[in-house]
Amino acid sequence: MSLRNQIGGVGRFFAGTAPRRFASVSVLLALVSAIAPTKDLLSQWRHYQRLYVQLIRNRPDAARLERRFERGIHQIWIPEQHVVDRCSTCHVALQEASLADVRKEPFRPHPPMPHSLTEFGCVVCHHGQGAATTVEEAHYSTKAWEQPILPARYLESSCGQCHMDVLEGTPRLNQGRRLLSRFGCAHCHAITQPDGTLVAPIDEPPSLEHVAEKTTREWIFAWTKNPQAYAASSTMPNYRFSDQEATDIASFLVAQSTASENSHKELKSAAPPSSDEAVQAGTSLYGVLFCSSCHAIQNAAGNLVGGDLAPELTRVGSKVNPDWLRRWLQAPQGYDPKTRMPRYRYDEKQVALLSSFLLSKKDDDFLAHVHLPDSDPQSIARGKKLVADYGCTACHRINGVSPPASFAPDLSRIGSKPLFQVGFIRGMPETLPDYIAGKIRDPRAFGPALKMPTFSLTDVQVESLTTALLAQTDRAVTMPPELVRSTSHAKYHPGGDAGRLMEDLRCQSCHAINGNGGDMAPDLTFEGSAVQRKWLLDFMNNPNTLRPALIRRMPKFNLSDVEIASLSDYMLTAYEASGFDSQTLEASALNGDAAARGKELFYTKYACQSCHIADYKKDKGYVGPALAGVGDRLTPVWIYKWLKNPNALSPGTLMPNPNLPDGEARDLTAFLVTLKAHSKGGAK
Amino acid sequence: MKRPAAYGLISIFTLVLILMVAGCAKRRAASPVPAAKAYGTQIVEVSGGKQIGGVGAKLSDPLVVQINGADGNPVTGALVSFRCLGLTFNPSDALSDSSGQVSVAVQLGSIPGSYQVVAETPKAGGGAATVASRETALGYEEKLGKEVSEKYCASCHDPESTSERVSNFDNLAPPAPHPFTDGNTLNPMPDGDLIKIIADGGPALGKSPQTPAYRSTLTMAEIKAVVAYLRAVADPPYQGTTVERK
Repeated sequence: MSLRNQIGGVGRFFAGTAPRRFASVSVLLALVSAIAPTKDLLSQWRHYQRLYVQLIRNRPDAARLERRFERGIHQIWIPEQHVVDRCSTCHVALQEASLADVRKEPFRPHPPMPHSLTEFGCVVCHHGQGAATTVEEAHYSTKAWEQPILPARYLESSCGQCHMDVLEGTPRLNQGRRLLSRFGCAHCHAITQPDGTLVAPIDEPPSLEHVAEKTTREWIFAWTKNPQAYAASSTMPNYRFSDQEATDIASFLVAQSTASENSHKELKSAAPPSSDEAVQAGTSLYGVLFCSSCHAIQNAAGNLVGGDLAPELTRVGSKVNPDWLRRWLQAPQGYDPKTRMPRYRYDEKQVALLSSFLLSKKDDDFLAHVHLPDSDPQSIARGKKLVADYGCTACHRINGVSPPASFAPDLSRIGSKPLFQVGFIRGMPETLPDYIAGKIRDPRAFGPALKMPTFSLTDVQVESLTTALLAQTDRAVTMPPELVRSTSHAKYHPGGDAGRLMEDLRCQSCHAINGNGGDMAPDLTFEGSAVQRKWLLDFMNNPNTLRPALIRRMPKFNLSDVEIASLSDYMLTAYEASGFDSQTLEASALNGDAAARGKELFYTKYACQSCHIADYKKDKGYVGPALAGVGDRLTPVWIYKWLKNPNALSPGTLMPNPNLPDGEARDLTAFLVTLKAHSKGGAK
Repeated sequence: MKRPAAYGLISIFTLVLILMVAGCAKRRAASPVPAAKAYGTQIVEVSGGKQIGGVGAKLSDPLVVQINGADGNPVTGALVSFRCLGLTFNPSDALSDSSGQVSVAVQLGSIPGSYQVVAETPKAGGGAATVASRETALGYEEKLGKEVSEKYCASCHDPESTSERVSNFDNLAPPAPHPFTDGNTLNPMPDGDLIKIIADGGPALGKSPQTPAYRSTLTMAEIKAVVAYLRAVADPPYQGTTVERK
């Protein structure tokens, strides 16, 4: 029998007499209407809820768990945050702490977290589709929904949607944000944070307007080819220029260079002596002046020793012109008015010795094979075009080329970039985090014509940067403003004559004052209430530190007495905390008996000597500053208030609040003020 | 009519079979297990064990193991397989290099806790030599605890100095602080005792006043996070005390 006949037969059977037709339609209808309940009965979430009931049946607290468990679809609905999350339909035990030993999904309780589930739901942090009730739709990319669950290693990015400030529990996010600023990403990319502020770069690409005074065309060529070959710690990326391109750029940069203010100055010091003794003396001077607080040099073992606030100096002798170096050491701002380097008051001998030492830090191999043809106008013109095309002026100031406008893509919403707009490389996992990480690691892999250079970053740094960028989501922008935690963007700069002096010394490169400045050295906001005038004068004259273990210290500025007096008086009056009048502490309370009691408290009850040195002969504590001489350094009121609540005077200080009764704080103060220095100065 | 239908059925069946085989073949090609060229008798961990990272993170250092022969010399070309539920290894199977070593990148799982990695190499006469290493994944609470403890605790409790921090360990009078990894001492102590010491100082439990009180400096959540962190890094691993963990 043919197929057509068969179908015809079936048709005839159903389309027969009226009662038969009615019966068959009823049966069909019954079948069709059974589809939905059957599908529902067999749904995944019912399956998981059944498994959960089996799981808790044998637990010791089964009765309690069963009482708390409700069958059916569970939903967290938070309209202000656009949250409709049904995740807890399958993840039923998220709030059951007693199931902490269960490691089987979807029944693990949620590990401890800073927010409650009912406050934020799930997808704000984990992404995915909250409204879905199947495993596939909730977790993975589907046709209708392309935002899959965020991999655990990028989870900290979600915190960054509301928290612009540095958070203690999110090291990757914090590091990523720091790197965005430090590696200068924000020079080319606009990144508006959810609180409306722009990510600001904190690196300091040098001005190239007078670069020919500083170095040679050969050095610029070698540096442009591979910055990390000169200094491994350099944040300048590699543009993978060809020899010809690097030559053209070097030719242009030398050609555009004009004379700096410094070049008109007469060189006062003699040429740097190159004898071994001079280099030796220069080496120890480099140490004594604490240049290494900011600059690093590779030691014989290949380790970088020193700070990362300023350029590495391992091969500086192969780079700089000796005359330029001496002028720079005398007046850095005369070459680059925006440099963070302070103007030290070095004398001629110091400049000569320091430059001997620095010029001896060279690597003869670095430029050994660089032989460039003579510069010609065509090469210079090509170089200028390259400099403009590659956006060099987004970072560096260069004569004749203005900074590019909207040069690179805006990254303010990169964390919500739709996947259909993303051009993946063949073979890579097609997810947004993988795309962002891939772009950061090797941008040119996405197309040889792309301009973004290759940065030298570790895997961890790439992961951190990706985390920071994934925080830039659409959701972050629509979060209720009361949930967003902004950082302060204080722009405080001291005014007046003292202010100009402090600018000249670049105090805020290291010290924060009223919320603006570096974090390398103590905050000076309340310095005027903390220290005694005599001590401050001595310290500025000779900044010894009482933290002998620190590599980074205040360098010596060689200030004149007039400068020191004006600076100290300004700080003592301008940087005062409120409530520090002498009435806070009665002088009569600081007597000999109190001091004896205080000593007992210091050494026995609170064991302060574990962290502080009160007596160099017997104490060894290294964590806090030494307190020998503190009676000459700090005011009694400051000591008392500090003991009562250190965090109020210096937020984030390591010193725990010992929660002292007033009497004990007074006695300890009485003891500490008796600790007088024997000609030793000290840092706070 | 019947024969073409049968042909159609057979051809569809064949096509499905080919597709299935192709699918399998492709999957196998993605992670080929190399064939062992030599066999060792012993496997040892060289480096990369006991690392700590955030959940799902790639560990900063690779896990390196070495295969030695019966004579104690390294063996080149021995097959090593890394296994651990939840962790991802790249590659998970590899041959030892000219110095007898295999180095793999490790990515942690998404569940916080301790992961036991087993590296295995087949022996010539059958059977296998194995070595176990441990890696730790930190969740939010443990990460917070790590940050807090590195800021406030590590200068005394960690005997090692870093470039940013000089250890105060040797400057202290006895009793010496317990490193947070000291599971033998810390594992038997219930959470409540540890929280009490951190919050109210050593004297709260009759111990040294060298541990100051942090109740007015840290929040209770931060203190609990420090406890969670030292539980996570305890060596030998923390298995729970008699007192229920809350």
